[in-house]
Amino acid sequence: MTESGLRTELKKLSGVDAVGAEARVAKLSTRSLKKETKRSAINLAISMVDLTTLEGADTAGRVSSLCSKALRPDANDLTAPSVAAVCVYPDMVATARGVIGTSSVQVASVATAFPSGRASLAVKLLDTTEAVEAGADEIDMVIDRGAFLSGNLFKVYEEIVAVKEACGRAHLKVILETGELVTYDNVRRASWLAMLGGADFIKTSTGKVGVNATLPVALVMLEAVRDFAEEYGEVVGVKVAGGIRTTKDALKYLVVVNETVGATWLTSDYFRFGASSLLNDLLLQRSKQQTGNYARPDRFSGD
Amino acid sequence: MESLHSQLGGLQYDAAPESAAVANIQKEYGLFINGRFTSPADHKTFSTINPATEETLSMIALADTKDVDSAVQSAKRAYEKVWSKTTGVQRAKYLYRIARLIQERSREFAVTETLDNGKPIRETRDIDVPLAAAHFFYYAGWADKLSHAGFGQDPQPLGVAGQIIPWNFPLLMAAWKLAPALAAGNTCVLKPAETTPLTALLLAEILQQAELPEGVVNIITGDGTTGAALVEHPDVNKIAFTGSTGVGRMIQQRIAGSGKHLTLELGGKGANIVFEDAPIDEVVEGIIDGIFFNQGHVCCAGSRLLVQESIAEDVLRRLMRRVEQLRVGDPMDKNTDVGAINSAEQLARITELTAAGEGEGATRLTSTCVLPSTGFWFAPTVFTNVSQSHRIAREEIFGPVLSILTFRTPEEAVQKANNTNYGLACGVWSEKGSRTLWVAERLRAGVIWANTYNKFDPTSPFGGVRESGFGREGGRQGLEAYLNV
Repeated sequence: MTESGLRTELKKLSGVDAVGAEARVAKLSTRSLKKETKRSAINLAISMVDLTTLEGADTAGRVSSLCSKALRPDANDLTAPSVAAVCVYPDMVATARGVIGTSSVQVASVATAFPSGRASLAVKLLDTTEAVEAGADEIDMVIDRGAFLSGNLFKVYEEIVAVKEACGRAHLKVILETGELVTYDNVRRASWLAMLGGADFIKTSTGKVGVNATLPVALVMLEAVRDFAEEYGEVVGVKVAGGIRTTKDALKYLVVVNETVGATWLTSDYFRFGASSLLNDLLLQRSKQQTGNYARPDRFSGD
Repeated sequence: MESLHSQLGGLQYDAAPESAAVANIQKEYGLFINGRFTSPADHKTFSTINPATEETLSMIALADTKDVDSAVQSAKRAYEKVWSKTTGVQRAKYLYRIARLIQERSREFAVTETLDNGKPIRETRDIDVPLAAAHFFYYAGWADKLSHAGFGQDPQPLGVAGQIIPWNFPLLMAAWKLAPALAAGNTCVLKPAETTPLTALLLAEILQQAELPEGVVNIITGDGTTGAALVEHPDVNKIAFTGSTGVGRMIQQRIAGSGKHLTLELGGKGANIVFEDAPIDEVVEGIIDGIFFNQGHVCCAGSRLLVQESIAEDVLRRLMRRVEQLRVGDPMDKNTDVGAINSAEQLARITELTAAGEGEGATRLTSTCVLPSTGFWFAPTVFTNVSQSHRIAREEIFGPVLSILTFRTPEEAVQKANNTNYGLACGVWSEKGSRTLWVAERLRAGVIWANTYNKFDPTSPFGGVRESGFGREGGRQGLEAYLNV
């Protein structure tokens, strides 16, 4: 796509009325999930978790235990589904791959000078290639927010295209870092930019800035993937990341998915939660649904 | 890709019913006169039913001329002996108490309203009841500040206000009427609608709980004859009516020359005007809120959608996808979006007008939702290919029925929006502020919303022009209806 072609595509997009978008999710947040709906929604949410550790202090030991948890989230209840993926830094991919092996859990790696993205394209591509070669199934790249905010949308687009190519068979998640894009209009534009560039998933946040995933931002991104699928016939996934800690929050997101884009996206193939502490709350609520009582938090492993 | 989106609702929501037991509805209710529930003189009663199930909820006293007279005399006595001598600060105290008590018993109010009216519990819980409390809070603040309201140094109340309210927002309309009247120093005789008396009677209990002096508010239940007796009573100084244009016209004729003050809030045929640069996803929500909120039983409903031709197809496709998603059914279920039609009579009128729409050549698109077998129901319906001369574009349907018309230029949009006998509310959707203002200046309607619809707030005046009535409710302007200015 040429620079003017990209501009034309993005100009077609309608604006987002912030008050209306926020009112819509507030209304959806009043949905009441009971009984079987709640049980299946909790299981679904568990299966959508990208269990994440992205710390400077990460070690092989820490990553290994996280991977074990991903495979078998509830050590006392093997009927609990495994999560969608583990998400680690590129240098931890090989360790993760070793534990995950050939199971259905995916190994995701952040790349492209995560979280700031402030590096040359060559460095970003090398970062990506190394992660893929170490065995990553999925790459979570960050966009160049500086370029986006200064209006250099084509630079952002070209980087996405280049990283997508470097990914090879690995799936590409494009992190918009919506907390730095600030406006919903920007979120919508960045979503389309990423999808036109070849994103398999668009993702809200790195989890490293003040404002991470929010329900209205998720709504705007879901509207984008819905409209993109209608126009191009390609289904792109959405990953919300950062700040989602409770089952209650996760279920609100699932309701927004359910009533904005519907069943197609209600699978870990097209919707993910990037989170760490969320998983134990989901397990706690899951066991509450089964036994009628809350278990001690210590019943679940702290990884 | 169409099939992809018809799969909406991958998560099937299990029933999430609110408990009806919270309501504590009594088997029968008397008239609330002079601070007490009393039997009507003739011991006549009528039943109020749950429109979602057609089950009788309670037997209600039917006030005749004698009962209306005792209510008005009670209000007159209370005005002369007590309320006109009560200071603004004291009146505010009672209004604040009422507001707080409504909040404390909000769940009870929400459930009672939903059972009696048929509207979804989500709306009574999140809109009707909180707004009713907010109205009392707001006017409590004005009670001791009337000399700063812009109506002169010491504006005086009118005396006894006769207030007749409709069935679409029973508690909220009672609050809209009572709060400013009491703040301004009037006493009241309130007549709730025949099909929805219960929350007004629950409000009577709250007035007792708040220790409002006897006779300051009297609540008389009944039918059209009760309302007529109230309108014609010589000791009533003011009539405030919300309801149909036909009845409003009759009231105005009856009291002509009597010196009674009058405010009327009547019907409407609101235009929701969508320009091609509007925020499309929020537009769809705005259209939905505009016409399917409260089953379309809203005088200011956006029942005519005027959409710019260049985006009409896209808007219709998105709108119908959304209409299919509306959850129609048990009003007590917390996930219900559209509840029951309030009465068999109203259902018949909606059915008649939609049949006329088809007969006149408009294209009917109806939600495929499954309707319950008992009760009064009407599936959300959209008409396309509607022209200005069709009855469904001119008459108020007061149901979940939208008529879509198109326009090419802002001038044409304004011309079509104004081409109605009514003038209550309009919506304008555009991302261009200058255009919104240009259009808003030219619309003949009391309320104009920009990039939203059906938003209410006690600080904002509400009311119509032309056949939608006169006088304002809400805001500083709402005090004028109850002051001698």
